[in-house]
Amino acid sequence: MTTETMTDQRTVTLEVFRYHPDTDSEPSFQSYEVPYREEWVVLDALNWLKDEVDGTLSYRWSCRMGVCGSCGTMVNGYPRLTCNAFLREFLPGPIRVEPLRGFPVERDMVTVLDDFMEKLTDVKPYIIREEEQSLDEGEYRQSPSQLADYKQFSMCINCTLCYAACPVYEHEDDFLGPAVLALAQRYNLDSRDQGNEQRQQLIWADEGIWDCTFVGECSEVCPKDVDPAAAIQQAKVDATNNFFISFLPFTPPGMGR
Amino acid sequence: MRPSNEPFWWAMFGAGGMITALLLPVLIILTGFVVPAGGVDFNQLDTLFNNPLVRLIILGVAFLSFFHAAHRIRHTLKDLGLRSVATPLAVLCYAAALAGTIWAALVVL
Repeated sequence: MTTETMTDQRTVTLEVFRYHPDTDSEPSFQSYEVPYREEWVVLDALNWLKDEVDGTLSYRWSCRMGVCGSCGTMVNGYPRLTCNAFLREFLPGPIRVEPLRGFPVERDMVTVLDDFMEKLTDVKPYIIREEEQSLDEGEYRQSPSQLADYKQFSMCINCTLCYAACPVYEHEDDFLGPAVLALAQRYNLDSRDQGNEQRQQLIWADEGIWDCTFVGECSEVCPKDVDPAAAIQQAKVDATNNFFISFLPFTPPGMGR
Repeated sequence: MRPSNEPFWWAMFGAGGMITALLLPVLIILTGFVVPAGGVDFNQLDTLFNNPLVRLIILGVAFLSFFHAAHRIRHTLKDLGLRSVATPLAVLCYAAALAGTIWAALVVL
Protein backbone atom coordinates (compact mmCIF):
# COMPACT_ATOMS: atom_id res chain seq x y z
CA MET A 1 0.00 0.00 0.00
CA THR A 2 1.22 3.46 -0.85
CA THR A 3 0.59 4.97 2.58
CA GLU A 4 2.49 2.16 4.25
CA THR A 5 5.49 2.67 2.00
CA MET A 6 5.42 6.40 2.64
CA THR A 7 5.22 5.89 6.41
CA ASP A 8 8.00 3.33 6.32
CA GLN A 9 10.34 5.69 4.59
CA ARG A 10 9.76 8.66 6.88
CA THR A 11 12.10 9.49 9.69
CA VAL A 12 11.89 11.83 12.62
CA THR A 13 14.70 13.71 14.32
CA LEU A 14 15.41 13.00 17.98
CA GLU A 15 17.50 15.57 19.85
CA VAL A 16 18.85 13.59 22.74
CA PHE A 17 20.45 14.99 25.88
CA ARG A 18 23.88 13.41 26.29
CA TYR A 19 26.02 13.60 29.40
CA HIS A 20 28.61 11.12 30.62
CA PRO A 21 30.23 12.72 33.68
CA ASP A 22 33.45 10.68 33.37
CA THR A 23 34.21 11.94 29.86
CA ASP A 24 32.04 15.03 29.21
CA SER A 25 32.78 18.36 30.84
CA GLU A 26 29.23 19.51 30.14
CA PRO A 27 25.99 18.15 28.69
CA SER A 28 25.21 18.47 25.00
CA PHE A 29 22.47 17.50 22.57
CA GLN A 30 22.98 14.94 19.86
CA SER A 31 20.63 14.66 16.88
CA TYR A 32 19.64 11.31 15.46
CA GLU A 33 17.39 10.36 12.55
CA VAL A 34 15.04 7.66 13.76
CA PRO A 35 12.61 5.66 11.62
CA TYR A 36 9.07 6.90 12.03
CA ARG A 37 6.38 4.32 12.77
CA GLU A 38 2.88 5.35 13.60
CA GLU A 39 2.69 2.90 16.52
CA TRP A 40 6.09 3.83 17.95
CA VAL A 41 6.48 5.68 21.20
CA VAL A 42 9.57 7.71 22.15
CA LEU A 43 10.83 4.70 24.12
CA ASP A 44 10.74 2.56 20.95
CA ALA A 45 12.81 5.19 19.20
CA LEU A 46 15.33 5.28 22.07
CA ASN A 47 15.55 1.47 22.10
CA TRP A 48 16.12 1.48 18.33
CA LEU A 49 18.90 4.04 18.78
CA LYS A 50 20.57 2.04 21.52
CA ASP A 51 20.34 -1.23 19.55
CA GLU A 52 21.23 0.08 16.10
CA VAL A 53 23.21 3.31 16.46
CA ASP A 54 24.73 4.07 19.83
CA GLY A 55 24.97 1.51 22.61
CA THR A 56 26.26 4.08 25.10
CA LEU A 57 22.87 5.84 25.28
CA SER A 58 21.53 5.55 28.83
CA TYR A 59 17.92 5.80 30.03
CA ARG A 60 15.65 3.89 32.39
CA TRP A 61 12.77 1.74 31.28
CA SER A 62 11.16 -1.53 32.12
CA CYS A 63 7.51 -2.36 31.51
CA ARG A 64 6.73 -0.45 28.25
CA MET A 65 3.11 -0.08 29.40
CA GLY A 66 2.82 2.82 31.83
CA VAL A 67 2.92 0.72 34.99
CA CYS A 68 6.49 0.63 36.28
CA GLY A 69 7.19 4.37 36.33
CA SER A 70 10.83 4.05 35.24
CA CYS A 71 10.87 5.89 31.93
CA GLY A 72 9.97 9.42 33.02
CA THR A 73 11.71 11.91 30.72
CA MET A 74 11.21 15.45 29.47
CA VAL A 75 9.79 15.15 25.96
CA ASN A 76 9.79 18.51 24.20
CA GLY A 77 10.02 20.18 27.59
CA TYR A 78 7.08 18.36 29.16
CA PRO A 79 7.39 15.53 31.71
CA ARG A 80 6.20 12.29 30.07
CA LEU A 81 6.58 8.56 30.31
CA THR A 82 8.45 7.76 27.09
CA CYS A 83 6.40 4.56 26.83
CA ASN A 84 3.15 6.44 26.31
CA ALA A 85 4.48 9.43 24.37
CA PHE A 86 3.78 8.52 20.72
CA LEU A 87 6.11 9.86 18.04
CA ARG A 88 3.02 10.90 16.07
CA GLU A 89 2.13 13.45 18.78
CA PHE A 90 5.28 15.42 17.98
CA LEU A 91 5.31 15.45 14.17
CA PRO A 92 7.01 16.81 12.22
CA GLY A 93 9.61 16.92 14.98
CA PRO A 94 12.31 17.38 16.07
CA ILE A 95 11.61 15.66 19.38
CA ARG A 96 13.82 16.81 22.21
CA VAL A 97 14.44 14.20 24.90
CA GLU A 98 15.97 15.30 28.21
CA PRO A 99 16.26 13.99 31.77
CA LEU A 100 13.47 14.95 34.17
CA ARG A 101 13.85 18.53 35.38
CA GLY A 102 14.73 19.19 39.01
CA PHE A 103 16.91 16.11 39.54
CA PRO A 104 20.70 15.74 39.32
CA VAL A 105 21.79 13.83 36.21
CA GLU A 106 23.72 10.62 36.59
CA ARG A 107 24.21 9.92 32.89
CA ASP A 108 22.17 10.91 29.81
CA MET A 109 18.48 10.56 30.80
CA VAL A 110 19.25 8.71 34.03
CA THR A 111 18.57 10.94 37.05
CA VAL A 112 19.62 10.57 40.67
CA LEU A 113 16.52 9.67 42.69
CA ASP A 114 18.12 9.50 46.16
CA ASP A 115 16.42 12.67 47.42
CA PHE A 116 12.99 11.43 46.34
CA MET A 117 13.53 7.93 47.76
CA GLU A 118 14.69 9.33 51.12
CA LYS A 119 11.70 11.64 51.40
CA LEU A 120 9.38 8.82 50.41
CA THR A 121 10.79 6.61 53.18
CA ASP A 122 10.54 9.47 55.68
CA VAL A 123 6.72 9.74 55.41
CA LYS A 124 6.31 6.02 56.19
CA PRO A 125 4.23 5.05 53.15
CA TYR A 126 2.83 1.84 54.61
CA ILE A 127 0.06 0.86 57.00
CA ILE A 128 0.99 1.52 60.61
CA ARG A 129 -0.97 -0.19 63.40
CA GLU A 130 -0.68 0.65 67.07
CA GLU A 131 -1.55 -2.95 67.73
CA GLU A 132 -1.96 -5.69 65.16
CA GLN A 133 -5.30 -7.40 65.41
CA SER A 134 -4.99 -11.11 66.13
CA LEU A 135 -5.39 -13.57 63.27
CA ASP A 136 -8.64 -15.09 64.63
CA GLU A 137 -10.26 -11.68 64.36
CA GLY A 138 -9.86 -12.01 60.60
CA GLU A 139 -8.88 -9.43 58.05
CA TYR A 140 -9.21 -5.66 58.36
CA ARG A 141 -12.45 -4.98 56.59
CA GLN A 142 -13.10 -1.84 54.59
CA SER A 143 -16.27 -0.48 53.03
CA PRO A 144 -16.32 0.69 49.40
CA SER A 145 -16.58 4.30 50.56
CA GLN A 146 -13.57 3.87 52.87
CA LEU A 147 -11.66 2.47 49.91
CA ALA A 148 -12.79 5.36 47.72
CA ASP A 149 -11.30 7.85 50.22
CA TYR A 150 -7.74 6.96 49.29
CA LYS A 151 -7.90 4.75 46.20
CA GLN A 152 -6.87 7.32 43.57
CA PHE A 153 -3.77 8.26 45.58
CA SER A 154 -2.76 4.60 45.70
CA MET A 155 -2.41 4.58 41.89
CA CYS A 156 0.92 6.45 42.11
CA ILE A 157 3.77 4.60 40.37
CA ASN A 158 6.59 6.84 41.72
CA CYS A 159 7.52 7.98 38.22
CA THR A 160 8.39 11.46 39.59
CA LEU A 161 6.87 13.29 36.60
CA CYS A 162 5.08 15.47 39.18
CA TYR A 163 8.47 16.46 40.64
CA ALA A 164 9.71 17.54 37.22
CA ALA A 165 6.52 19.57 36.79
CA CYS A 166 6.64 21.21 40.24
CA PRO A 167 8.22 24.68 40.21
CA VAL A 168 8.57 24.58 43.99
CA TYR A 169 10.55 21.30 44.15
CA GLU A 170 13.07 22.75 41.73
CA HIS A 171 13.88 25.60 44.12
CA GLU A 172 13.19 24.28 47.63
CA ASP A 173 15.65 21.54 48.51
CA ASP A 174 13.70 20.38 51.55
CA PHE A 175 10.21 20.34 50.00
CA LEU A 176 8.77 16.81 50.22
CA GLY A 177 7.05 17.22 46.87
CA PRO A 178 3.78 16.04 45.29
CA ALA A 179 4.05 12.23 45.08
CA VAL A 180 5.45 11.84 48.59
CA LEU A 181 2.70 14.03 50.05
CA ALA A 182 0.02 12.24 48.01
CA LEU A 183 1.27 8.88 49.28
CA ALA A 184 1.38 10.14 52.87
CA GLN A 185 -2.23 11.23 52.41
CA ARG A 186 -3.04 7.86 50.86
CA TYR A 187 -2.08 6.12 54.12
CA ASN A 188 -3.51 8.85 56.36
CA LEU A 189 -6.88 8.35 54.68
CA ASP A 190 -6.78 4.57 54.93
CA SER A 191 -9.24 3.34 57.60
CA ARG A 192 -6.81 0.55 58.54
CA ASP A 193 -3.96 2.93 59.23
CA GLN A 194 -3.14 4.50 62.61
CA GLY A 195 0.04 6.28 61.65
CA ASN A 196 -1.31 9.83 61.17
CA GLU A 197 0.51 11.26 64.15
CA GLN A 198 3.84 9.78 63.07
CA ARG A 199 3.54 11.41 59.65
CA GLN A 200 2.08 14.72 60.82
CA GLN A 201 5.23 16.28 62.19
CA LEU A 202 6.89 15.94 58.81
CA ILE A 203 4.06 16.68 56.41
CA TRP A 204 2.59 19.55 58.45
CA ALA A 205 5.93 21.35 58.57
CA ASP A 206 6.82 24.23 56.25
CA GLU A 207 8.87 21.78 54.16
CA GLY A 208 5.82 19.53 53.86
CA ILE A 209 2.49 20.75 52.57
CA TRP A 210 3.08 24.45 53.23
CA ASP A 211 5.78 24.93 50.61
CA CYS A 212 3.15 24.01 48.02
CA THR A 213 1.57 27.08 46.42
CA PHE A 214 -1.07 25.04 44.57
CA VAL A 215 0.34 25.53 41.08
CA GLY A 216 -1.37 22.23 40.20
CA GLU A 217 1.00 21.10 37.44
CA CYS A 218 1.66 17.87 39.37
CA SER A 219 -1.92 16.77 38.77
CA GLU A 220 -1.76 17.85 35.12
CA VAL A 221 1.23 15.68 34.24
CA CYS A 222 0.36 12.56 36.26
CA PRO A 223 0.09 9.60 33.87
CA LYS A 224 -2.07 7.68 36.37
CA ASP A 225 -4.59 10.49 37.02
CA VAL A 226 -3.55 10.84 40.62
CA ASP A 227 -4.32 14.32 41.94
CA PRO A 228 -1.40 15.19 44.26
CA ALA A 229 -2.46 18.84 44.39
CA ALA A 230 -5.80 17.75 45.89
CA ALA A 231 -4.04 15.48 48.39
CA ILE A 232 -1.95 18.43 49.55
CA GLN A 233 -5.01 20.70 49.80
CA GLN A 234 -6.82 18.06 51.87
CA ALA A 235 -3.83 17.79 54.16
CA LYS A 236 -3.74 21.59 54.49
CA VAL A 237 -7.36 21.56 55.67
CA ASP A 238 -6.55 18.83 58.22
CA ALA A 239 -3.49 20.70 59.45
CA THR A 240 -5.44 23.97 59.72
CA ASN A 241 -8.33 22.36 61.63
CA ASN A 242 -5.82 20.78 63.96
CA PHE A 243 -3.97 24.09 64.41
CA PHE A 244 -7.09 25.91 65.60
CA ILE A 245 -8.45 22.98 67.62
CA SER A 246 -5.14 22.80 69.48
CA PHE A 247 -6.00 26.16 71.11
CA LEU A 248 -9.26 24.78 72.53
CA PRO A 249 -9.28 23.27 76.01
CA PHE A 250 -11.29 20.33 74.65
CA THR A 251 -11.54 18.35 71.39
CA PRO A 252 -14.87 18.90 69.63
CA PRO A 253 -16.68 15.64 68.85
CA GLY A 254 -15.64 14.13 65.55
CA MET A 255 -12.59 16.40 65.18
CA GLY A 256 -10.07 14.31 67.11
CA ARG A 257 -7.33 12.50 65.28
CA MET B 1 11.13 20.04 62.08
CA ARG B 2 9.37 22.88 63.83
CA PRO B 3 5.59 23.18 63.57
CA SER B 4 4.43 25.65 60.97
CA ASN B 5 2.43 28.78 61.69
CA GLU B 6 1.25 28.69 58.10
CA PRO B 7 -2.22 27.25 58.98
CA PHE B 8 -3.16 30.61 60.52
CA TRP B 9 -2.23 32.62 57.40
CA TRP B 10 -3.68 29.99 55.11
CA ALA B 11 -7.00 30.09 57.01
CA MET B 12 -7.14 33.88 56.59
CA PHE B 13 -6.23 33.42 52.94
CA GLY B 14 -9.01 30.86 52.49
CA ALA B 15 -11.62 32.92 54.31
CA GLY B 16 -10.52 36.02 52.41
CA GLY B 17 -10.72 34.21 49.09
CA MET B 18 -14.24 33.08 49.83
CA ILE B 19 -15.46 36.48 50.98
CA THR B 20 -13.66 38.28 48.13
CA ALA B 21 -15.19 36.01 45.51
CA LEU B 22 -18.68 36.30 46.98
CA LEU B 23 -18.97 39.90 48.12
CA LEU B 24 -16.48 42.13 46.29
CA PRO B 25 -18.14 41.83 42.85
CA VAL B 26 -21.47 42.71 44.47
CA LEU B 27 -20.00 45.71 46.28
CA ILE B 28 -18.21 46.93 43.17
CA ILE B 29 -21.26 46.61 40.96
CA LEU B 30 -23.52 48.16 43.60
CA THR B 31 -21.37 51.15 44.55
CA GLY B 32 -19.61 51.58 41.21
CA PHE B 33 -22.40 51.08 38.71
CA VAL B 34 -25.90 50.55 40.13
CA VAL B 35 -25.92 53.56 42.46
CA PRO B 36 -24.37 56.03 39.93
CA ALA B 37 -26.80 54.76 37.29
CA GLY B 38 -29.71 55.47 39.64
CA GLY B 39 -30.74 51.84 40.09
CA VAL B 40 -30.52 52.18 43.86
CA ASP B 41 -31.16 55.41 45.70
CA PHE B 42 -27.93 56.69 47.28
CA ASN B 43 -29.69 57.77 50.46
CA GLN B 44 -31.11 54.29 50.93
CA LEU B 45 -27.64 52.78 50.62
CA ASP B 46 -26.28 55.48 52.93
CA THR B 47 -28.82 54.56 55.59
CA LEU B 48 -27.87 50.91 55.24
CA PHE B 49 -24.16 51.66 55.49
CA ASN B 50 -24.77 53.74 58.62
CA ASN B 51 -25.98 50.69 60.46
CA PRO B 52 -23.11 49.73 62.88
CA LEU B 53 -23.53 46.04 62.10
CA VAL B 54 -23.18 46.66 58.33
CA ARG B 55 -20.07 48.79 58.99
CA LEU B 56 -18.59 45.97 61.01
CA ILE B 57 -19.30 43.52 58.18
CA ILE B 58 -17.67 45.84 55.65
CA LEU B 59 -14.62 46.11 57.90
CA GLY B 60 -14.55 42.31 58.07
CA VAL B 61 -14.66 42.08 54.28
CA ALA B 62 -11.82 44.60 53.98
CA PHE B 63 -9.76 42.83 56.67
CA LEU B 64 -10.05 39.38 55.08
CA SER B 65 -9.55 40.71 51.54
CA PHE B 66 -6.35 42.47 52.60
CA PHE B 67 -4.96 39.33 54.25
CA HIS B 68 -5.99 37.20 51.27
CA ALA B 69 -4.13 39.54 48.93
CA ALA B 70 -1.10 39.74 51.24
CA HIS B 71 -0.76 35.96 51.38
CA ARG B 72 -1.15 35.60 47.63
CA ILE B 73 1.37 38.36 46.89
CA ARG B 74 3.81 36.94 49.44
CA HIS B 75 3.79 33.46 47.90
CA THR B 76 3.80 34.73 44.32
CA LEU B 77 6.87 36.87 44.99
CA LYS B 78 8.52 33.93 46.74
CA ASP B 79 7.81 31.70 43.73
CA LEU B 80 9.17 34.42 41.45
CA GLY B 81 12.51 34.19 43.20
CA LEU B 82 12.49 36.15 46.47
CA ARG B 83 13.28 33.04 48.52
CA SER B 84 16.32 34.43 50.26
CA VAL B 85 14.20 37.19 51.85
CA ALA B 86 11.16 35.00 52.59
CA THR B 87 10.79 36.09 56.22
CA PRO B 88 11.08 39.88 55.75
CA LEU B 89 8.80 39.49 52.74
CA ALA B 90 6.15 37.76 54.86
CA VAL B 91 6.44 40.44 57.57
CA LEU B 92 6.14 43.19 54.97
CA CYS B 93 3.09 41.65 53.27
CA TYR B 94 1.14 40.97 56.46
CA ALA B 95 2.14 44.34 57.93
CA ALA B 96 0.75 45.99 54.81
CA ALA B 97 -2.46 43.99 55.24
CA LEU B 98 -2.66 45.08 58.88
CA ALA B 99 -2.07 48.70 57.87
CA GLY B 100 -4.83 48.39 55.28
CA THR B 101 -7.18 46.95 57.87
CA ILE B 102 -6.44 49.78 60.31
CA TRP B 103 -7.00 52.29 57.53
CA ALA B 104 -10.31 50.60 56.67
CA ALA B 105 -11.31 50.70 60.35
CA LEU B 106 -10.59 54.45 60.52
CA VAL B 107 -12.70 55.06 57.42
CA VAL B 108 -15.58 52.75 58.22
CA LEU B 109 -16.02 53.01 61.99
